[in-house]
Amino acid sequence: MADAFLNIQSVKNDYGATTVVQDFNLGVEAGEFVSFLGPSGCGKTTVLRIVAGFETPSAGAIMVGGRDVTNLKPNQRNIGMVFQAYALFPNLTVAQNIGFGLKVAGVPRAEANARVAEMLDIIRLPEFGGRYPYQLSGGQQQRVALARALAPKPKLLLLDEPLSALDAKVRVSLREEIRSIQKKLGITTVFVTHDQEEALSISDRIVVMYGGKAEQIGTPFEIYNRPATRFVANFVGTLNVLEGTVTDAAAGKVRVGESEIVLKQPLSDAKAGATLSLALRPEAISLGRRPGHDSSLSGLISDVSFLGSVIRIRVDLGKNAISLDTFNSPATPPPTVGDKAVVNFAASDLLVLAV
Amino acid sequence: MTDISASDFSRQSAPRVEARRTRLPTQWLGVAPFFIFALMFLILPTAYLVLGAFQNDRGEFTMENIAALSQPSILAAYWISIKVSVASAILGALAGLAIAIAIVRGGLPGWVRSATMTFSGVASNFAGVPLAFAFLATLGRLGLVTVLLNSVFGFNIYSTGFNILSFWGLTLTYLYFQIPLMVVIITPAIDGLKREWGEAAATLGATQFQYWRMVVIPVIWPSFLGTVILLFANAFGAIATAYALTGSSLNIVPILLYAQIRGDVLHNPHLGYALAFGMIFITGLANVVYIWFRMRSERWLK
Amino acid sequence: MKAGRTWAWLTFAAGTAYFFIPLIATLEFSMRMRRGIYSFDAYQVVLGDVRFQQTFGYSVLVSIFTILLGVLIVVPAAYWIRLKMPYLRPVVEFITLLPLIIPAIVIVFGYIRMYGSNSPLPFLATARGTDLLLIIGYATLALPYMYRAVDTGLRTIDVRTLTEAAQILGAGWATIIARIILPNVLIAVLSGAFLTFAIVIGEFTMASLLNRPAFGPYLQNIGANRAYEPAALAVIAFAITWGCMSVIQVLSRFAPKSANQPN
Repeated sequence: MADAFLNIQSVKNDYGATTVVQDFNLGVEAGEFVSFLGPSGCGKTTVLRIVAGFETPSAGAIMVGGRDVTNLKPNQRNIGMVFQAYALFPNLTVAQNIGFGLKVAGVPRAEANARVAEMLDIIRLPEFGGRYPYQLSGGQQQRVALARALAPKPKLLLLDEPLSALDAKVRVSLREEIRSIQKKLGITTVFVTHDQEEALSISDRIVVMYGGKAEQIGTPFEIYNRPATRFVANFVGTLNVLEGTVTDAAAGKVRVGESEIVLKQPLSDAKAGATLSLALRPEAISLGRRPGHDSSLSGLISDVSFLGSVIRIRVDLGKNAISLDTFNSPATPPPTVGDKAVVNFAASDLLVLAV
Repeated sequence: MTDISASDFSRQSAPRVEARRTRLPTQWLGVAPFFIFALMFLILPTAYLVLGAFQNDRGEFTMENIAALSQPSILAAYWISIKVSVASAILGALAGLAIAIAIVRGGLPGWVRSATMTFSGVASNFAGVPLAFAFLATLGRLGLVTVLLNSVFGFNIYSTGFNILSFWGLTLTYLYFQIPLMVVIITPAIDGLKREWGEAAATLGATQFQYWRMVVIPVIWPSFLGTVILLFANAFGAIATAYALTGSSLNIVPILLYAQIRGDVLHNPHLGYALAFGMIFITGLANVVYIWFRMRSERWLK
Repeated sequence: MKAGRTWAWLTFAAGTAYFFIPLIATLEFSMRMRRGIYSFDAYQVVLGDVRFQQTFGYSVLVSIFTILLGVLIVVPAAYWIRLKMPYLRPVVEFITLLPLIIPAIVIVFGYIRMYGSNSPLPFLATARGTDLLLIIGYATLALPYMYRAVDTGLRTIDVRTLTEAAQILGAGWATIIARIILPNVLIAVLSGAFLTFAIVIGEFTMASLLNRPAFGPYLQNIGANRAYEPAALAVIAFAITWGCMSVIQVLSRFAPKSANQPN
């Protein structure tokens, strides 16, 4: 932790009486891509702005490369930042925008021009140097903003919801591009987003934030498959929550509706008769028998939505309801509403949520 | 001459070709009153004077009237008019810009901005004769400020050579509507400066000064210059304030033209036309300068 | 950050001083008529003056006609251009800017030469004709403000969609204009009207050169001959301007907000 490249140590931030960030700790390794994921108002942007130097933490410190930068102004931190609204300077050409950081740093012209050309190649807009920002599409503007942030070779790259203003398709292609450029340059990156799919797809690690706190820090795989809190489980991905009653804590037996499910691990801190929430991802459930699917519940199909490659089916289980995904197959028509259905799943896929 | 003074229109979209279908003139009925009115009461009267400036009594073409403008009293009138207009436009623009930046970016409470905008709306329209009265009551020989400075500090501003009926007196008075007009027009432009630009510049290592020099000033310069031109024209054509303030003791062009219209003091009606033409020429020229500049920065303006 | 705020407060304070000292001075001066004590004598004298009442009444009347004329010329043109002839917009915007460039004194000079008693259109031959010419001149001066106000109003309500929606529902042109467009731009038109009023009520140049008994020349005349009354008149004029602007502010609160226009 202490030898990480970027160290955010016990950072707090208050606006008057309201606490926006409480005791935030994070170490980001050199070359790592970390995402802050959370709903709006969770404090993720504030932490990013504290790292950039636009906000002063009420307590705590920011260390970059072993150096305390907490009291440095933003323009002394050697940080690259990309904003949601592109924030390109409208009066400067693409090349001048990219060269801005080099110019203010007093880099000799020839060297700066070479670096600008190199950056234009990296973002695959080599012909666009002479254009003005208004002549570019949103995706192109954001690539230029990325190049501008990277041109002065910053130690750290901060991305503040850079994809939110873009169309769905551009969003996907640009996030892949950002990730590949980041890997190529090996630059330590912090990425802020409220879009879980975005965070899952490009991060080395994700910090899920809520109410000014880090709820969970982990790889995308850990965050998705082993959410530590109910908030994380709900916020990341779609989740079915089943209410059950503990029948035998030591054996891990829980009654859900008419059926009894045997969990893989004993419920150490629950008593018989207690209510329990069990969570299950839609893709972990099947309508037919599958190898490994050792548990089942029966009910009636209440809704069928055709989403293209996937069909999402909602099954009413009496007190509970469950959504599951099946792949579309041209040969088999989807089931009809009102049909009886038995849903199967592996008890090991069930997540026991802390109440 | 007058069609050189468009400020905003050169960036409007070009006429849509497909919309130019030949149709019955019913299409034009809605706009006909406007165009007839503009032609009869704006364009033709002006054109009449412009033509008159290049004619003699017998209706022949001549440059004599224009040449006659170079007599010392008329040149002096143009010179003082230009001085007052330039001074009040530039000082008004700078002061107005400072106020606009203070209320938009200065971190002042919200009511300061709304109060300033409201007051600016009022003060920019408070011109003419009453404005002259207000400044006479303030800085005239018996005005409150004159009297207070004299009785409290023993300082007689008139002994320093100041006179409300002078160049500086008139400029100071004109600022009363020039500054608020600048505030009203330039505030939206300051609003248009995005906060992220400053933050982006800061993360790229720029100092506040570099950010202003390389981004802020170039970005607001076209609106600033356009407003300066407007303020210039505003002061250049104004007569009521000056006339009520100074009578005819301050020899500015509009007052000279006023006297000429009333009583042909120049003893040559066509010289009057030339005087009017000169006024349009100067405001027109100011606009040409503006358009020329704007075309240079047009490349990054949408 | 703190230093920036101090600077902003100082700027604001300097502005406040420059703008309020003349107002205070004028108010103080206007109350000095009776020796030794403050009184409203100057206001009594002014308001009791028959010529004040006559010229003010005349100017109010002229303002009203100016507003009507302005509305009749501007609203159909602005509407039609938004709806059918957007390619004319640059031309019209350019024309409406001309009165800001061509000084009023030049325009009225042109009128005097073109529409004299011996011309084909002898406006100046009769007093009524001259009144009409004065109204026309004022409408010209107010053109930039009126056009801008109406055009902004039309933009916020998205006339094209509203008109098309009304047509689909079977409305004729008269209904569309009377029931849809006018009520929706009424606020904008009224804003333009009060601005026009503020500009026209004390206007001096045109009224003086056309020899009409308007408020502006009366003000000038009083200023040249009296001591305290001009200050009282300045206070009254400022109050009128303030009143007009306040009405515009209040009206803007009732203006239809742009509902579905990203514009």
